[in-house]
Amino acid sequence: MSASAPWRRVAWVVIALLLLAAPFLIEILFGRTWVRITDVALLFIMLALGLNIVVGFAGLLDLGYIAFFAVGAYCYALLASPQLGMHWPFLVLLPLGAMVAAVFGILLGAPTLRLRGDYLAIVTLGFGEIIRVLLNNLNRPVNITNGPQGITLIDPLQIGGFSLAQTHSFAGLTFTALHNYYFVFLACAVLSIIISRRLEDSRIGRAWVAIREDELAAASMGINTRNMKLLAFAMGATFGGVAGGLFASFQGFISPESFHLIDSIMVLCMVVLGGMGNVAGVVLGAVLLTVLPEALRYIGPLQQRWFGEVFIDPSDLRMLLFGLALVLMMLFRPSGIWPARRRKAEENHAAG
Amino acid sequence: MPPADILLTATGIIKNFGGLTALNGVSISVRRGEIFGLIGPNGAGKTTLFNVLTGIYAADAGELVFDGRPVDGSKPHLVAQHGIARTFQNIRLFGGMTALENVMVGRHVRTHTGVLGAVLRTRGAAIEERAITQRARELLDYCGLAARAGSLARDLPYGDQRRLEIARALATDPRLLALDEPAAGMNATETATLRKLLERILGDGITLLLIEHDMKLVMGLSHRVAVLDYGEKIAEGEPAAVQRDAKVITAYLGGALV
Repeated sequence: MSASAPWRRVAWVVIALLLLAAPFLIEILFGRTWVRITDVALLFIMLALGLNIVVGFAGLLDLGYIAFFAVGAYCYALLASPQLGMHWPFLVLLPLGAMVAAVFGILLGAPTLRLRGDYLAIVTLGFGEIIRVLLNNLNRPVNITNGPQGITLIDPLQIGGFSLAQTHSFAGLTFTALHNYYFVFLACAVLSIIISRRLEDSRIGRAWVAIREDELAAASMGINTRNMKLLAFAMGATFGGVAGGLFASFQGFISPESFHLIDSIMVLCMVVLGGMGNVAGVVLGAVLLTVLPEALRYIGPLQQRWFGEVFIDPSDLRMLLFGLALVLMMLFRPSGIWPARRRKAEENHAAG
Repeated sequence: MPPADILLTATGIIKNFGGLTALNGVSISVRRGEIFGLIGPNGAGKTTLFNVLTGIYAADAGELVFDGRPVDGSKPHLVAQHGIARTFQNIRLFGGMTALENVMVGRHVRTHTGVLGAVLRTRGAAIEERAITQRARELLDYCGLAARAGSLARDLPYGDQRRLEIARALATDPRLLALDEPAAGMNATETATLRKLLERILGDGITLLLIEHDMKLVMGLSHRVAVLDYGEKIAEGEPAAVQRDAKVITAYLGGALV
């Protein structure tokens, strides 16, 4: 351990510098669009890590996870937009959104406690849709969510007098809104990773994994399976709620359209493809599945360049190739790109 | 018998599954510091009784008293908290976790770190985590599994899996350890090792409740045995006496021989 420690430190410093420089490098290399995609990828990292607690650690297949993202987003949007005429500061709204989402996590988790596997999946899928339909219809008789039109003019994040939506100059660098949000999202994503890793390595995380492996045996070892499952739902929802609030402020506009079943499935794909239960794998999955569909948009221009004309509509081909990629990955790496291996960390920890 | 000597009493336990009466008014009492054997032909209700005692099934009637306190037998985790730990007839380890982690899970019920402690890595949480790891290692060593700490439970040989289940159960600091056929599928050497382990556990002051088909083992180890047949207790007493009991012989060998 002592031999690799300095190298490890160097590696971390390099990674940290790269992450700090990333938005500028990406802008120069690929253009502004890709900075935006990077921002979204960071949000999806948070979402996927949240779902990983529920699905990866505790083994509860949740197909309605995007509902908590929606709850967080609407919580922020309603209290920081002209919709209800309220403009609360985000330092209040983000924790509030996390808490409201956690409460929803427990409310939606409680009725499903006796279910598992396919049955749990179907019920959570239903809950996810209920939330979306509710948001879609809460515009009559009293207009709360503005229905399908969604909520516009949502306040951007503002720290003191520093609005993230404006362009700032600092140390010779120009920080546009996309750059500003990048750093906030990066901080939140890193925090999510740390929280996930620490939970995983704790008594709580082991209890979750034990429930996943064998619920009856876990209960017989004295684990209160009901409480631990509700805790998993609540923790997962918290991540979703925070990500939702950030998303609302980042976009400035949200509507129920952003919270479809397909989005739940997308986040689940990130978790499963990346490597269920492995934090690093899930992060990788989130990044890949955000970047891949975007990258496949270039199929159109490429056809133009190679063949002189566009044979297949890129939007069709995009999903086709995306589906193919999913199938191939499942065939060749069924437990994810970077699968969870129950670590021998404790082993090394004690021996070294 | 003075009540202080009795660790667990089950009185008039009845358990029905639909029209089938699996347990029909079974009563047993286990004394502190003994090995109590529970035997009977297949389907006699031994495992059902185990499941009632450990809160996996709620009894339809009857009561459980453990260490002088009534046990709400419907919650397995509360039973574990009371101090009854168990192993399973068909091994139920956490297959995807290492042997060490399996035992660490057993410490859950005696530790307290919550989400905040875990996320903030407070001093208390770190100290507790070290204590969990250390205790788990001791128990692996105790059960002869020290070399297996880093192996996934599902990769362990059969005999090791059985002993790992015991180590995991011991991690909950039980006063009563209930073992459901611990020697099933073991060869003679493994059974001999198991026997030594059980005697050592008993020596450390833990009472043992044992379901076992290996007659040599159960009769040799147990201070007292109870015999179940068709959901009823047909005999109870010291092994030698029970072995001569006419009802027991009938249950095991069939009526024609008597």
